[in-house]
Amino acid sequence: MADLKAQIRSRKRWDAIFALCGLLALMVGILTFAALFVDMALDGAGRLSWEFFTNFPSRRPGEAGILSAWIGSTLVMLTTAFFAVPLGVAAGVYLEEYAAKNWITDVIEINITNLAGVPSIVYGLLALGLFVYQFGLGQSILAAGLTLALLILPVVIVATREAIRSIPQVIREGSYALGATQWQTVRYHILPYSLAGILTGVIIGMARAIGETAPIITIGALTFIAFLPPAPVTSEPPFLSFEWLFSPFTVMPIQMFNWTSRPEAAFQANAAAAGFVLVLMTLAMNGLAIWLRYRLRRNIKW
Amino acid sequence: MSAVPGPSTLMNVNLQGQRLARRRARVIRERLIELVLFFAALVSVFTTVGIVYILVKESVVFFEQVSIVDFLTDTQWTPLFDDAHFGIMVLLSGTLTSSAVALAIAIPLGTIIAIYLSEFAPFRLREVAKPFLELLGGVPTIVYGYFALLFVTPLLQRIYPELPGFNLLAAGIVMGIMIIPYVSSISEDAMRAVPMSLREGSYAIGATRFQTAVKVVVPAAFSGIASAYILGISRAVGETMILAVAAGMQPNLTFNPLEPAATITAFIVQVALGDLPHGSLGYQTIFAAGLTLMLFTLVCNIGGHMLRKSFREAY
Repeated sequence: MADLKAQIRSRKRWDAIFALCGLLALMVGILTFAALFVDMALDGAGRLSWEFFTNFPSRRPGEAGILSAWIGSTLVMLTTAFFAVPLGVAAGVYLEEYAAKNWITDVIEINITNLAGVPSIVYGLLALGLFVYQFGLGQSILAAGLTLALLILPVVIVATREAIRSIPQVIREGSYALGATQWQTVRYHILPYSLAGILTGVIIGMARAIGETAPIITIGALTFIAFLPPAPVTSEPPFLSFEWLFSPFTVMPIQMFNWTSRPEAAFQANAAAAGFVLVLMTLAMNGLAIWLRYRLRRNIKW
Repeated sequence: MSAVPGPSTLMNVNLQGQRLARRRARVIRERLIELVLFFAALVSVFTTVGIVYILVKESVVFFEQVSIVDFLTDTQWTPLFDDAHFGIMVLLSGTLTSSAVALAIAIPLGTIIAIYLSEFAPFRLREVAKPFLELLGGVPTIVYGYFALLFVTPLLQRIYPELPGFNLLAAGIVMGIMIIPYVSSISEDAMRAVPMSLREGSYAIGATRFQTAVKVVVPAAFSGIASAYILGISRAVGETMILAVAAGMQPNLTFNPLEPAATITAFIVQVALGDLPHGSLGYQTIFAAGLTLMLFTLVCNIGGHMLRKSFREAY
């Protein structure tokens, strides 16, 4: 009897030990993140000022800023979203609502799964060979935007499919019963109801794209840019100009990489400040996506 | 009903004709829309074809000038020197060593976190911890590179003063922490998909939580956990910026994580940063390196797929 009790005690002890290990492992992750965040905030705090956002990069670390980098990032993100969102949503709708069960569909699905596992630098090589040289786009914002669009396409497609799959069949049947066509059903029921889920996926994809460095370095983006792309809005008709699409550019992560790889400590402080801004941006985007998903789960009850 | 069609019947015929025309237009529009959506879905296939085409096309030119035997067996990697050597082993050793360090961190920690969150943690903790781990996976890798170079390496140098400023160890450790969320989140999903009745059966015969987790839940979810590991491996092999920043870019045939070394990915970045003319041998080298990387991850993905298939437990 005492023997049995000892055994039970020892097994319960193992339970407690493992629970402790689990908490510790979780702590490793959380503490690393905290250390990274605090370390960068402390190193970069001295450089974070209004001028940091309005100055061009410079040889003098004290005057260097991220103006060309954050404007470049914004323009590249716009281009990425312009291509990735319609394509990704359309592909997701096709696979969920239209696709027949045949080998073509299987090939497409296998492709999407595989593409999600391809290293991002390989997309850079694809873009270097195809967009930069074959299509002659050069090291432009358009080439970078297209590259990142291909990179996040699987994320958008998977999110769209999951959002659509959670819509119950009765909604479609109701729509068809009233005489709606397949496209009308998609347009007026499927898309509106899956909008929040799609948006979550798009935001997560964009948060990934904004931090991607390797593919953009691979296409040969310059690391020192002290000018801005031509403005998208002009004073003369037709008021909109798309010249910026073909302009050279730099983005936040490349600017940070440039400063990190310099030996001077002063430039590394700049890198810390740029990294801090970058992390805040991705955190805000991911946070928004998580909040959206949370709201979604609470509000919709079919 | 009269034998002569009255004005109302004529209108009916007319209406019917209009309706038919409208219906035809509608069918055509539906077909067109389906076609457009189909082509959007095909973009993924084009992307794969494009990747294979570009990598193979440039690599073929490369292998016309460098023999494939040299490529696989040479122990030097000096593509930009006059006395050029192209031994991919040198870069592969850096990739394998840093990945091994990363996986030695990510697989145990990721698995423990997954078991803990799925079987032990209270509901509230899980709800908070999961999004937090996702954030950890969302941090840009260049930021991790900065962290590895300027925080982790100085920290390790305090323990081991001879450690060089660039090394595979710090890069590998940070890379491992970056991969934890990928491993833990997919493993946890797999474990949560194990039906409750299996756990209840285990508890009913007197097993503790730990015994249930290790002897019932983990084996039942093995195919999912294995694919999480495979994903972790392909992340580690393809990771670029952490290594380019923190591991140095000197080619070095070594399996010692305390040394600096270049990986396949870091080499591509190094070449892209320089000014190599389009069409030169140096330019083609990065495509041969990229093809090696791609084949490596492809083998991983296929292996994962087969593992998943052969260990799949259907409930």
